[in-house]
Amino acid sequence: MAALEGLNTDLKMQFMLLFSRQGKLRLQKWYVPLSDKEKKKITRELVQTVLARKPKMCSFLEWRDLKIVYKRYASLYFCCAIENQDNELITLEIIHRYVELLDKYFGSVCELDIIFNFEKAYFILDEFLLGGEAQETSKKNVLKAIEQADLLQEEAETPRSVLEEIGLT
Amino acid sequence: MPAVSKGDGMRGLAVFISDIRNCKSKEAEIKRINKELANIRSKFKGDKALDGYSKKKYVCKLLFIFLLGHDIDFGHMEAVNLLSSNKYTEKQIGYLFISVLVNSNSELIRLINNAIKNDLASRNPTFMCLALHCIANVGSREMAEAFAGEIPRILVAGDTMDSVKQSAALCLLRLYKTSPDLVLMGEWTSRVVHLLNDQHMGVVTAAISLITCLSQKNPDEFKTCVSLAVSRLSRIVSSASTDLQDYTYYFVPAPWLSCKLLRLLQCYPPPEDGAVKGRLVECLETILNKAQEPPKSKKVQHSNAKNAILFEAISLIIHYDSEPNLLVRACNQLGQFLQHRETNLRYLALESMCTLASSEFSHEAVKTHIETVINALKTERDVSVRQRAADLLYAMCDRSNAKQIVAEMLSYLETADYSIREEMVLKVAILAEKYAVDYSWYVDTILNLIRIAGDYVSEEVWYRVIQIVINRDDVQGYAAKTVFEALQAPACHENMVKVGGYILGEFGNLIAGDPRSSPLVQFNLLHSKFHLCSVPTRALLLSAYIKFINLFPETKPTIQEVLRCDSQVRNSDVELQQRAVEYLKLSSIASTDVLATVLEEMPPFPERESSILAKLKKKKGPGAVSVSELEDVRREGGGELNGGAERGNDTAAAASNASTPSPSADLLGLRPAATSGSAAPSASSLLVDVFSEAGPAAPSSGVNDEGFLRDLEPPTESSDSLLVEAPGESDPEDSAAPLPESDELLNKFVCKNNGVLFENQLLQIGIKSEYRQNLGRMYLFYGNKTSVQFVSFSTAISCPGELQSHILPMPHLDSVRSQLNVQTKPVEPLVEGGAQVQQVINIECLTDFSEAPLLNIKFRYGGALQNITLKLPVTINKFFQPTEMASQDFFQRWKQLSLPQQEAQKIFKANQGMDTELLKAKLLGLGCALLQNVDPNPENFVCAGVIQTKAQQVGCLLRLEPNAQAQMYRLTLRSSKDTVSQRLCELLALQF
Repeated sequence: MAALEGLNTDLKMQFMLLFSRQGKLRLQKWYVPLSDKEKKKITRELVQTVLARKPKMCSFLEWRDLKIVYKRYASLYFCCAIENQDNELITLEIIHRYVELLDKYFGSVCELDIIFNFEKAYFILDEFLLGGEAQETSKKNVLKAIEQADLLQEEAETPRSVLEEIGLT
Repeated sequence: MPAVSKGDGMRGLAVFISDIRNCKSKEAEIKRINKELANIRSKFKGDKALDGYSKKKYVCKLLFIFLLGHDIDFGHMEAVNLLSSNKYTEKQIGYLFISVLVNSNSELIRLINNAIKNDLASRNPTFMCLALHCIANVGSREMAEAFAGEIPRILVAGDTMDSVKQSAALCLLRLYKTSPDLVLMGEWTSRVVHLLNDQHMGVVTAAISLITCLSQKNPDEFKTCVSLAVSRLSRIVSSASTDLQDYTYYFVPAPWLSCKLLRLLQCYPPPEDGAVKGRLVECLETILNKAQEPPKSKKVQHSNAKNAILFEAISLIIHYDSEPNLLVRACNQLGQFLQHRETNLRYLALESMCTLASSEFSHEAVKTHIETVINALKTERDVSVRQRAADLLYAMCDRSNAKQIVAEMLSYLETADYSIREEMVLKVAILAEKYAVDYSWYVDTILNLIRIAGDYVSEEVWYRVIQIVINRDDVQGYAAKTVFEALQAPACHENMVKVGGYILGEFGNLIAGDPRSSPLVQFNLLHSKFHLCSVPTRALLLSAYIKFINLFPETKPTIQEVLRCDSQVRNSDVELQQRAVEYLKLSSIASTDVLATVLEEMPPFPERESSILAKLKKKKGPGAVSVSELEDVRREGGGELNGGAERGNDTAAAASNASTPSPSADLLGLRPAATSGSAAPSASSLLVDVFSEAGPAAPSSGVNDEGFLRDLEPPTESSDSLLVEAPGESDPEDSAAPLPESDELLNKFVCKNNGVLFENQLLQIGIKSEYRQNLGRMYLFYGNKTSVQFVSFSTAISCPGELQSHILPMPHLDSVRSQLNVQTKPVEPLVEGGAQVQQVINIECLTDFSEAPLLNIKFRYGGALQNITLKLPVTINKFFQPTEMASQDFFQRWKQLSLPQQEAQKIFKANQGMDTELLKAKLLGLGCALLQNVDPNPENFVCAGVIQTKAQQVGCLLRLEPNAQAQMYRLTLRSSKDTVSQRLCELLALQF
């Protein structure tokens, strides 16, 4: 229990973890301040617990004094920790909406997309959830924000390659 | 390589990630990573300035390595540099690195804050959002200090872009949670509340989280949000599924916002304004109606979103607990879900019904689903769902269905998962007790519990059944018969042996008339289990045997035979050996009258709270057991189970104290660390008198070797009268028992070191003493008040812990540790008339102790032997070292000492005036530091100190709360050692 003592009790989501069937962590987002050691411990424990569950079991489980809401998409488990009184079903749909966002952005997303473009996965998550709360639930608006950023990046990238080509760097 | 590589795609990064993925072993991966780290380090240190792109790429690689689980100790500076890049992607990677690897290095935080400040001022919405995301992700106090003033302005400014507003709202929420003192809404309050009316649904969605949090903390300031939230909710609920465009999720309009609105309303009582309330009830009804409509989509997302709103609405209905119609409708809806094919819905319905069961309006409606819930307990394949079913059965249990529910839970226990057995056992035990109308059912239930799940039956549970049997004479015969039958089983659980031993020892006589359970049969049955049991159980059985000798004199030879055999009187376990030897002696020396009194039936137990309930609360955390439930049990427990039993303090406190240091001796936790008052000394002197070979000045024993007859003898005055009956046995040459007033004399010296200890017509004894660390020196002055000399004047001091070595001169017992080391030289045997002799005593405190050393003085005055035994006023508090500490430290330590056994508390009437100065003087005299400005209430006193013993130092905190009006005090002691807390509390309670 000690590991979670630093948790702020009125936060909605405490953290979100994405991990593969092999137990490899693909994305971790912590909405509460915890030490690296505690994060690793929690991750290890949860990955083990969730992977041990059978397919037809329910998507919620009590863990320490939190509730874990998880769902598997292809080879990836999406797993959120919420407060005990919080709404499990809406959290399940938070997960689904995030998966939809990834899917739309990458075009039928797969685990490899998240491995190779992990920074994008973080950016999308930040547009959708901030501090553990839903910031923008419209798929269009989130993707618009991300695409705008990508556009900014391309504008910025172009001059660099030109300069490089003429050997000015 | 990924199928899609959007944006710039840092090639070097992709290659590196591929390399890592291709590594065949953990070692190869580490090797590759180390190579990369060396490369990056050399790039960062190199002379050639890196361009932004390379910097970004390397920082991103470091981030990847960190996320793989490796430590990163450099690159922070480069990441911070990226923040001030004017290229968006570089800035973005910089912020991501900072968000993930925030470092409390203050130098860096200043630089980061600087970059954030620039971006917030840039008026470029994408940059502003990045900066706000970073603050929300890191949320440190330094950031709150820097930006808590600025962000509310951004949030409410008219020209702020919607996306920035959304980030600002949640950013502020995070800062408010980190540092509520720094986020002052004040003038912004009303404009923030009005964000609920914003046209942009995204802004409302983000802002409502902030408003909910602020409302929880300042409900009055934000209460205008209620009507705004209701009208917003009403608009959403009544909108067609396409009205809200992209905020419609699988045909459900704005599910996230709806849930958040319903959650916000749960911060407040039902709206007072009739129109608002009417509108809200309408919304709730619409939500309940929609649940009955055919689904608009077969997708699980549709039903999840819809039901998420439904469950949140039900939470609000339960929160209001005032609309019977809605409560019953909610219950019926959940009842449908109980048999839904979706496991998730069944789980949630069971969970939600638990709270409905506690409402008077819906309790009956919940009960109608009992068969379904029982079925769920039997057939659900997922243990977490079964757990919910068990919880619900517990919640819906009342007098009408208790027998059915307890029976079902018992039968479930036979196959229950190990992870939930202990909790199930506690629940069954509580229900059985709470709803027991006939106590034979209660006894059957608990014995079944032990039979089925003996390993999971904690001490509290079997203590409790014994307490109840002792207190209810109508069930004692039945209990004896049932337990006797249960013990017939060839393999029965040790807990059964404990209960059996105790109950037959007390009430075996009630079934002894039946030849099938004659005394000898009972004894043989118990003894057949003896050798398979652990030490604590054997100790208990030995006590049962001596009780048998009293109940059935005809068993005496058999039992004495058993006690006498080597495996008992020479047992390597001290406790068993001591019991065997003392019981053997007791049975052979004491007259039947003495035996009958010593081994009298246990008096009724004083009642407070069921210790089982306390345990369940501890296990589940506060809130697991509702207050009303507690009161219920207390009321019923006190009234029905223990009719007429007095509500004592010490015993009940000890009984509910789950962890006592010596389980073998502490049957039923009935022996407080040191029984206060006069019972303790007289009890041990009883031993002294019965065993005439007891050495001189056998004092009342200490903590470890306290006379264990204590747990068999009634803690009443009857032991005093025994003392009177037994004098024929004692030798006048031996030390007298301590004077009756010796405790009172001792108490006079708790808060002072010097004074007159004792005075009669012949003799006056004065004391001066000083203490340092764990050492003390005491000067005793014996004054002869007569004109005739005292001859053969001698004194002897004995310490707690010596009792054992006198009574039991067994070689291996020499190791018994004493608690005090007291040394002195003999005094001159002649004291002239009117003269005074002095004696110096050196005291070393080895470990904490409760009983004071005894001082025996013998002399002849005019031929008559004078024999006086006093308690030497050496009390544990004498070894206090005062500790000064600030308020914060005090409360921090106070919290650290929060285990129930670390605390001792007494509430008592003032014996003398409640003068503040007098109280202060007493507390200072106690030896600890009197702390000023610590307790928020200036009437209270708090003290801190460390008890110094050779073995350890024991930190103690004290709080004394006077109530002048009631002329009462509440005294609370906390220390790292339970015996110290107890003893100090006892000592001190007599001082005011």
